[in-house]
Order: sequence, then structure tokens, then C-alpha cells
Amino acid sequence: MKSAVLVFPGTNRETDIAGAIERSAGIKPHMVWHGDSDLPKVDLIVVAGGFSYGDYLRCGAMAAHSPIMREVKARAEKGVPVLAVCNGFQIAAEIGLVPGVLMRNAHLQFVCSDVNLKVESSQSLFTHRYQAGQVIRVPVAHAEGNYFADDDTLKRLEDRGQVAFRYCDSTGDVTAGNPNGSIRNIAGVFNDTKTVLGMMPHPENATEALFGGTDGKPLFDALAAALV
Amino acid sequence: MTTWEQNPPVKLPNEPAITPQIVAEHGLSPDEYQRVLKIMGREPTMVELGVFSAMWSEHCSYKSSKVWLKKLPTEAPWVIQGPGENAGVIDIGDGQAAIFKMESHNHPSYIEPYQGAATGVGGILRDVFTMGARPIANVNALRFGDPEHPKTRHLVGGVVAGIGGYGNCMGIPTVAGETSFHRAYNENCLVNAMTVGIARADRIFYAAAAGLGNPVVYVGSKTGRDGIHGATMASAEFTEDSESKRPTVQVGDPFVEKLLLEACLELMETDAIVAIQDMGAAGLTSSSFEMADKGGLGLEIALDKVPMRETGMNPYELMLSESQERMLMVLKPGREDEARRIFEKWELDFAVIGRLTDTRRMVLRWYGDVVASIPIPPVVTEAPVYERPWTATPLPPALDAATIAPPKDYADALLQLVGSPDQCSKAWIWRQYDHLIMGNTAIRPGGDAAVVRVPDGNGKALAITSDCTPRYCQAHPETGGRQAVAEAWRNLTAVGATPLACTDNMNFGNPQKPEIMGQFAGCTMGMAEACTTLAFPIVSGNVSLYNETQGRGILPTPVIGGVGVMKDVTRCVDIATREAGLVLVLIGETRGHLGQSIYLRDIQGREDGPPPPVDLTVEKRNGDFVRSQIQAGHVAACHDLSDGGLAIALAEMAMAGGTGLTIAIPEDAGCPVHAYLFGEDQGRYVMAVRPAVADAVLASAAAAKVPATRLGSSGGAALTVEGVLAISVADLRRTHEAWLPAYMEVRS
Repeated sequence: MKSAVLVFPGTNRETDIAGAIERSAGIKPHMVWHGDSDLPKVDLIVVAGGFSYGDYLRCGAMAAHSPIMREVKARAEKGVPVLAVCNGFQIAAEIGLVPGVLMRNAHLQFVCSDVNLKVESSQSLFTHRYQAGQVIRVPVAHAEGNYFADDDTLKRLEDRGQVAFRYCDSTGDVTAGNPNGSIRNIAGVFNDTKTVLGMMPHPENATEALFGGTDGKPLFDALAAALV
Repeated sequence: MTTWEQNPPVKLPNEPAITPQIVAEHGLSPDEYQRVLKIMGREPTMVELGVFSAMWSEHCSYKSSKVWLKKLPTEAPWVIQGPGENAGVIDIGDGQAAIFKMESHNHPSYIEPYQGAATGVGGILRDVFTMGARPIANVNALRFGDPEHPKTRHLVGGVVAGIGGYGNCMGIPTVAGETSFHRAYNENCLVNAMTVGIARADRIFYAAAAGLGNPVVYVGSKTGRDGIHGATMASAEFTEDSESKRPTVQVGDPFVEKLLLEACLELMETDAIVAIQDMGAAGLTSSSFEMADKGGLGLEIALDKVPMRETGMNPYELMLSESQERMLMVLKPGREDEARRIFEKWELDFAVIGRLTDTRRMVLRWYGDVVASIPIPPVVTEAPVYERPWTATPLPPALDAATIAPPKDYADALLQLVGSPDQCSKAWIWRQYDHLIMGNTAIRPGGDAAVVRVPDGNGKALAITSDCTPRYCQAHPETGGRQAVAEAWRNLTAVGATPLACTDNMNFGNPQKPEIMGQFAGCTMGMAEACTTLAFPIVSGNVSLYNETQGRGILPTPVIGGVGVMKDVTRCVDIATREAGLVLVLIGETRGHLGQSIYLRDIQGREDGPPPPVDLTVEKRNGDFVRSQIQAGHVAACHDLSDGGLAIALAEMAMAGGTGLTIAIPEDAGCPVHAYLFGEDQGRYVMAVRPAVADAVLASAAAAKVPATRLGSSGGAALTVEGVLAISVADLRRTHEAWLPAYMEVRS
């Protein structure tokens, strides 16, 4: 699996996700600086977490207008898979790669903690190594992860199985365990072809037993298996 | 004769005459001003006076503390760089070095908690990456006033948000720390931030300028008017109008610092840099003097070339601004364009502002005119140094545990303690810090020490902690100093690491008072003794004096930031007893020392007696034994005993692991039950030992002459002390986790 991890000024989890990809795919991703003129031809594009452009204006808003994101959008529209995590999710939502928006956490604080996630769909490039309904434990670390979409969008997402993950408690109850106020406990969503996944939690920080557990690793294993 | 001697510097338009009042406003005593006149041989200009004011401030010159700091041991075979550079450097093996330091931002944090704390984190990060290290962990030690004080809640909220806001954006995990409350900090909170970074041991960058004619380069943010005279503010007591000093608090931008970090590390991959120094306290003044002085050279700076954020700034403001996220570098000749390309890629300012000279003078020009010309060596070597008078605090008479009442109900007392402001869970705080980024955090906040894997380090890890028990330091400074070092060493040991070195952050009141100076002296002497015996040298540090408001000083608070190493990160243990059947072994001797204990203070309402004595030989013997057992894989969990003694330690182990613990107090305990459970005797640990090896561990302890007592075992759902108390782990957790969120929930 050839992959590219985008690096904007202020991106700070690119090394974490590059490590997770390498552990699953056995090959290092290209680290692509936002100002570099061309995006290499890859099987997977990753928009990593961090504080691109210092979160100025609005999280993800500045990066969304960078030339490289136009190229990412064009590739995504041609079907190249995109994994957008945390600030990457914010950028992807800004540019319309996935539906919805990310607002300030309901409690107005940054939150770094392990959370429980219910895998809503195992029918995707990203989640086929999980069982639908499985509860996994991965961390979140964000101040603006409060997912919101209007009722029509939510209905469409749910009808089409585009909700990837929901926050839940350890028993899988998706009315509990919400760390940020996200509507219907939504933690991650697909685009309508399920080739783009945007999610707030950090599966890349749950890929080694001693460093946060391994519940995030199947996501990278799934991509590595699907995108050979 | 060179031109600067023939032509004294020009005065700026509207420059006032130097009056005694102006001298006083610059924090210089009349004697110190006489010294300025002698060095200059004439009346200084305002710019020059500002430079002396900053360089000779307590904050920059260590004039009251220097004579005492010299007593601290700073060397060991593994120390690469001790105090005197931006941060300390130790060899951690595999060609790697750990670079670390702790620094205070107390005064600014009290005035403007978010920015004060944020820029404290920014400053210490710069100190570490200036030396070529990539920061891998942040730590912070916080002291606030009485929770009931009207300002405390506001300070807690602002400081925590500020630390998180900066560290999170930088992408450096905040992995450890401590937070406590006491009325002595009502008007002076303490915010001490520590950063640990990793560099190649053969590529460490220093501040000493070299190479006549080499370009001096300014990089980072533009200079604004913020923080002017910050160092001078941090060197004075607070008065009622301190709120009006808000403009002297700097404003941070962690996004720019992230860019600065990446740009500096990228340039450091080349060999273009000769010397580099961050602009911290006293900004351009202290960075330029330090570089030139350490290199034995002179410096000529064209101040008009400094990138400015505002129009109309003058040389005085430029030299004294403490705008954040700035660095000064000396480059090899001809490498300017290469460096400029890197900084422009990261969208940062880059300006060649001067050249190194052989005059040993600092010559500052403003559009060609010389506005200051100061001989560099005397500013540094003839800076005032005071041997301030001091009086020792006598050791309070011993308290007999038998004269201290037991609690009415042991379970109630333990619940009260685990839910108290000082002992309660601080998760509300560290959940706001990204403690997982970089993916190397093996032991998270909330235990004895954090453990962070070293990137590209062959599986080795660093253990990191910060410790101090101010009430011990107040009662008897020498014992308190000894205990602070011993506790840091013990916390590193309790996770299985070998302690290597520490950094100190000395927070005290007004050193011009003999009893305060005596606290400083006593703590330093105690620390020196402990660092020597434990082979745990001080490699960097910071002094914050004048933590007083209207004559009331803080508790003496010498915070120790300790760093240890372990070869194999998979061998580390935390405090959580996660499984049933583990054998609980108490290491160390329990005499039931209740003087200055948490039990005495929080249950009996008394703050008296002597602090527990610290026998450093015993400390080392017990700790070396515990570490050997952890490294041998015999131990599933381990916790050192400190505030609240055995009872609190067991409760914390049970809560962290979610498993009950049952112990019986030995019949030959030799002290009353409450003293056995809550006494704060030093040099002790509880190890949860794997059952198959329990007998062997006890036998090795006996062979090593280490006191070891089999207390009980893990299992069930309650913490039980047979015949004394039984509390479900769920109840303990509920109480432990309740106080801080509830406290912060109230809108003041």
C-alpha cells in the first residue's frame, strides 16, 4: 500500500499515523508538505491530526483552502481512499469531502482520554477487520470534535450506513460515553461511496499494546489488506 | 581609539534624564547604579540603563541565590552539560542525550493565568529545542491558594487551559505533574513547567558565539511591545496594583512556536549554526549578552533591522521586549541564504541583525547612530552577588504519635482524604492535556512517574516526575530539601527506572528577609546532600524569588524534576493492581511519623511537628532493592509511600487497578494503627508481587537487609484493613474523582 500523509504548518500527529501505517503495511508513507507542487500517486491519502494553521479562523478552515486540498478532493472524487483523522476530519468536513461539521466540545474544554467506540459498519475499506457492533477502545484528543449535521443529512447518513463509529460505554450503549456532545454520538462518518473516512478519535494511538492498546490497529490492517 | 569611545551614544528623542526615581523604577538599588556608573565611566543612556536593569534583575542574575546554588552537585559521568546553558544534558545511551529543564512562570500566571502559563510552557520548550533536542514530554508542577479563596478557581481554570492550549498545539505530550492547594499561595500561585527532549549526543547546540564577523540572525516572531520588563516584574514582590502589570505579561502563539521548532530542527540537520540562544526573559538583551559573553566576543546589532510587529517602536523597547517565539543565532559565514530558505518555508521572520566583533562590547545602532555601547564582561562578571543574611529554621520538637488522636472512623477518614483537594484525582486537569500524542506514553499521568519511550531508542524509555512537599520545607527546610530530592528519586525507582539527574525550580519568598533566605539556604543544603548520596545531580534549574504579596510569602517550594532511564520499556510498572492474588509487600521501616502529615493537617486540623526524617543511605538501599525486583519482572505494580502514607498508597493502587486489596496490620507494628496507616515515614514502597515469587522476594529483601513486610493480597472489590476499615473500590473512586470537577463546575 502506497500512502501519503499530508503535512500542513501546525500538523502534529503525522508521525503517529505514519508509524501506524508502517506497522500494518510494512512500508513508510510519503510525507507530503502542503506547499509541494505534486501529490505522489498513492493508494491512500491521509490527512493527519494537529492544529493546521494554528486553528486560526476556524479549525481546518485555512488548510481546506490550500491548493493541495483541491488536489486531494479531485483524487477523492476519482475514488482514491482518504483517511481524515481529528484535524484531518475538520479539514475534510470544511472542504465537503464528508458531510457535517465539527463544533467546539460541549463542555468547552480540550479532552484527551480513551473512549469506547461502537463499530457501526464493517462494510468498508477501513473497517472490514472489525465486526459490526464491536466495541473498541481508542483515545480522543481535541477541543473541537462536537459533530453536527442537520436532520436530513443525519437521516441520509444513517439510512446509507455512512456512520462509521459512535461513542458508547463499555457495553456498547450509544446513548452514553459521549466525550464532546456529538449529535447521536457520532465519532466518524464515511462519504457516500465509503472511500473517505473522517473521524475524531485517534486509531493511530492504539496500535501498540504498551502504548494505548491495539484496538486501532485493525483499521490500518484493513487498509493494508484492501489496498495492496 | 574606536568610534564608540570618541562619540558617546546619541540619546533618543524625548529621552528623560536619569534620575534616582528612574533608576529605582528599573529595579536597581543606588549601590547597583553606582556600579553601573563605574562600569560605563559616564551616565548611561536609557537603553543602557534598561539593559543593566534586565541583566541585573534577580531573574537573570541569580544575585541572591548564586552563592547557594554553587553548593549543589552538578556532575556525574553521564552528565554532558550541567547548569549554565539553556538546559541540562545527560547521556542516556545509544548515542542519545536527554535535555531537560524546569522553569517557573509564577508572576505572569497570577496576573494573567492563561497567557502566563502558556508562555511558561513555550519558554521551557524553547530552552530545550534551542539545544537541538526534539521535545518528547512536558511536565508541570502547580500550587494554588486555598480553594475557598475567591481567585483560586479562576487561576486553576486559566492555568490549566493555558498549559494545555500551548502544549497540545505544539504536539508535545504533557505526561506528569502535581497540583496542590494551600492558603500560603493565595496571592502567589506557582506554575513550574518542565520539558524533556531527545537529541543526538554528538549534536548538541550551545549558546557560545564564535567566529569574528559571523552573522547574527534573528528568527521567529516579530518583536512587539509585550512583556517589556517582565524579568524585572518577576524580581519584585506583588503589591495591590500588580493587576496593572498585565501589559508586562507576554502573549504566546504556540502555532508559531511549532513552526519555529520544526524550522530550527531542520536547520540543525545542516552544519550552518555556530551558536543559538532563545529569547526568553529579558529577550534580546539577555540572549545577545549571553552569546557574546560565553564566546568572549563583542556584538554589533542594527536594531532597526529587527522585525517589528508595531510601528514606532524604539531601541529601548526592542531590547527589553519579551515577545515570544524568537531565537538568536550565529551562523557560519555565507550560510545565510540556506538558513533563510528554511525559515521562509516555515513562514517565519528571518533577519541578519548584526555581526560578531572582537571589541567585547555590545554596540547597538539605530539607523546608523550608536544608541548604546556597553562593555560585555563587567555586565556579567561584575553583576552584583549578595551573600544575604539568613537564619535557620529550627527543627520543631518531635510529636509522639500516641498523643495524636485516631480518627473517629477510619473509613470516613480515608474517604475524606482521597476526596480532599490535595489527594483527589487530578484527571480533570490532565484530561485537558494531550498526554498521548507521539504514541510513546507507556505510563500516563496519575501514577508515581510517567514513562515515555525514547524515539529510535532501542526500546529504552525515560521516567519523568516532579516532586516537592512544601509543608515539610516550611517546617524544616533542610529536611524538606532532602525529601524533595528523595521523593523524586523514589518515584522514578517505583516505575523501575534508574534515576539519572534532576532539574530544580526554587520558588521562595523575599530573599531580603533572613528567615526566607534561611529557607533557601536550608533547602539547598538538604538537596545537595540528597543529590550527592543518591548520585542524582542537578543539571539545570531556575530560581523564582519574591513570591510574596503584602509581606506574606509562599511556603518554600523547591520543586525537583527528576529524569531516569530504563533499558527496556516493557519492564516498567505502574501503581495499578489489576489482578487478584498479588502479594502486597511493604518495603521500608514504618515508625508511624505523623508530624507534618496529611492526616494531622486534614483530619486533625494541625500543621505542626517535624517533617519525617530522610535517611539517604536507607533510601538508596531500599530503592535499589525495589528497582532490582521490578527489573527482574517479579513486581506487577509498585507505589511509593508519600502524602497520606500507607492508607493513601493502597487506596490509589486499588482505584487505579479496579481491584480490591486486603491487608492486616502486623502485630509487631510498633506504633498505633492510625500512625501505621497514615504515617509518612520515608524510603517506603508497596510492591504488588507475583505470588509465585513472593517468598523469594522476601528472602532477597532479608538478604539485602531491606525491611519487607507481607501485608496482604489483592482481590475482591474492596480495600480492607482487617478489623479497621473496608471501603468498596467503587466508593473510593467516586469520592476520589468528585472533588475537582465539582469545584471547577461552580461559576464564580
